[in-house]
Amino acid sequence: MDELLKEFGREQKDLIHILHKVQSEYGCIPAPAVPRIAEHLNITPNEVYGVLTFYKAFRLQPPGKYTVTVCQGTSCHVRGGAAVFAEVKKQLGIGAGETTADRMFSLETVNCFGCCAIGPTVVVNGRYHSQVRVADVGPLLARYRSRP
Amino acid sequence: MKKLTDPSDLTAWKARLAEQRPVRQKTVVVSNGTCGRASGSSAVIEALSRILEERGLQEAIGLEVTGCHGFCEREPNIVILPDGLFYGPLKPDDIPRIVDQTLLKNKVIPGLVYKDPRTRRAFHLLKDIPFYRKQMRLLTGDNVRIDPDRIEDYILADGYQALSRALFDMTAEEVIREVDASGLRGRGGAGFPTGKKWQFCRNETADRRYIICNADEGNPGTYMDRSILTANPHCVIEGMIIGAYAIGAAEGTIYVRMEAPHALGQVTLARDQARKVGLLGRSILGSEFHFDLHIVEGAGAYVCGEETSLIASIEGYRAVSRQRPPFPAQSGLWGRPTNINNVETWANVPLIIRKGAEWYSRIGTAQSKGTKIFSLVGKIRNGGQVEVPMGTTLREVITDIGGGIKDGKKFKAVQTGGPGGGFLPAEFLDLPIDYDSLVKAGSTMGSGGMIVLDETTCMVDLARHYMHFTQEESCGKCVPCRVGTKQIHDILVRITRGEGKEEDLAELEELAETVKEASLCGLGQGAPNPVLSTLRHFRGEYLEHIKHKRCPAGVCGELSPPARKGARKRKHG
Repeated sequence: MDELLKEFGREQKDLIHILHKVQSEYGCIPAPAVPRIAEHLNITPNEVYGVLTFYKAFRLQPPGKYTVTVCQGTSCHVRGGAAVFAEVKKQLGIGAGETTADRMFSLETVNCFGCCAIGPTVVVNGRYHSQVRVADVGPLLARYRSRP
Repeated sequence: MKKLTDPSDLTAWKARLAEQRPVRQKTVVVSNGTCGRASGSSAVIEALSRILEERGLQEAIGLEVTGCHGFCEREPNIVILPDGLFYGPLKPDDIPRIVDQTLLKNKVIPGLVYKDPRTRRAFHLLKDIPFYRKQMRLLTGDNVRIDPDRIEDYILADGYQALSRALFDMTAEEVIREVDASGLRGRGGAGFPTGKKWQFCRNETADRRYIICNADEGNPGTYMDRSILTANPHCVIEGMIIGAYAIGAAEGTIYVRMEAPHALGQVTLARDQARKVGLLGRSILGSEFHFDLHIVEGAGAYVCGEETSLIASIEGYRAVSRQRPPFPAQSGLWGRPTNINNVETWANVPLIIRKGAEWYSRIGTAQSKGTKIFSLVGKIRNGGQVEVPMGTTLREVITDIGGGIKDGKKFKAVQTGGPGGGFLPAEFLDLPIDYDSLVKAGSTMGSGGMIVLDETTCMVDLARHYMHFTQEESCGKCVPCRVGTKQIHDILVRITRGEGKEEDLAELEELAETVKEASLCGLGQGAPNPVLSTLRHFRGEYLEHIKHKRCPAGVCGELSPPARKGARKRKHG
């Protein structure tokens, strides 16, 4: 953590950059990191929490092995994205922002991935799946689940 | 490479590049934007490079990987130069015959060319395909010639010539006058005249000024900005350097939406290249002008599209908007005069300086100049990114370019302007697309989203969808937006569940007007528009949900679907 913070300046403007970096290192913003960041920037832990909970990018819990992100953008919505999302929720048994008990999958939503012409779009750990139908959800999740 | 320290260095560089350009019989260009990647362009690139190598053709035939060609529905696709033959969508298995028949024997493969779904007519060349024929691709046309990883490709396409002209042949005031005379208006949605905005910022007395590129493209269903940044990032950077010179700013920031990682990577690479050759930094091209560019990754907050929130976010705070005035031009980033323009606005600047305001202002309508890029998506046959001159009608875009509605369904409406925009039903199809006509018709240009809807779309459900989005994205500072959007959303949820009351409609209208009038920033002021617009054009659909507990489009799951012709027969027969 000290090594990581050394790379950054000590001004308020550095906060979001630091949070991005911490999350990319640890998968989330671990609770003990918050006072350390606050100390580095000479602000209160409350102020750090205020910023990190405002933005969707940051999470306080580590994600599962696979993060399944279902696009809820308008184009995906009118092309059947809502039904795809409902199916993913049903299959995984969790809601948005949650992780399965076996820590295999986390479920997230996004308001647009920007590949609207080929939606509904589901992204798993950065890999795009386009024109996903409800019937595709089961096999898609099974493929990831069975990976070594 | 040595830094460019004189405008003649730039000219010499371009000449040298043109001379060194390998002479090739043919070049295969693979579209590798976000849609391309999502549809499997990497496998196509891999197959091409492997087979060209196996056949010993690496020297004779070029392979270029570029950003988006715009025709997202037909990804992955390739364009074969110099003729401009278009093939797509492709699978890796198609590559051997493309190499053997088309590249080596000049034979067109009928199965891979575009066939018009209505007429079944085949079109071989990109320029003849109806999707492209009616477009005017001033900003996106070069995409097929530019590998966004190579600044050299941009230099060969006259890149940074406009900057050189601005720095050495024009004063800052002359640059502003040229942009003003071009009639360019902000492409982010508000349509404010760009030249005037620059002048306001320049007029402020201050020890320093800043410029910002708003690349926090957050309207669901829109992706022009990230396509520009991934396909041709240098045109945005060049536009910003010219703007900084005109305004008198020494530092700029590009704020890129988190959900566009590809754009972030590409623009960072381009910035580093520009720094390396001396197009950013001290004494640009040997002039007395210094300017550098920072790139900030957003963290997922739609409200950052609003200028004052965006500034708060760059400063490292919660992205909360604030009262204006003072406007950012007076007091923006760190309290200094700040000019913010959208990606597409900046991208237009080099074109205006290179070709002149007189030329630019001949394109478009009296009050809206130039071209506009739209994300044509939803229930449309040829979905993709289209660039048309202002004043093109909705019908031309949807029918001629977009090929009409998918799956033989009927057109219901088109949504423009994102979550703050509105819906335009069939009677508006001949409306010319420009800032003022769209507002007069009850919608907005927004940043260029165009979501086509058919009879299977429920307008109440869609209004609920938008309100779900805005109530979630409200920054929470002002009460009308924070509470009002939630109240509107909850009423809409009740209606879609069949629990609506007739008095809900009057209440929705009253709430909507309040939120619109009393909210602090554009997010709240625009948020009720989808509700007001659907109530105006599709009131009957609301009443069906409320009075007859029926969803005519069959979308709202808890209500009975509409009676279909023949349904009874099937049930009993």
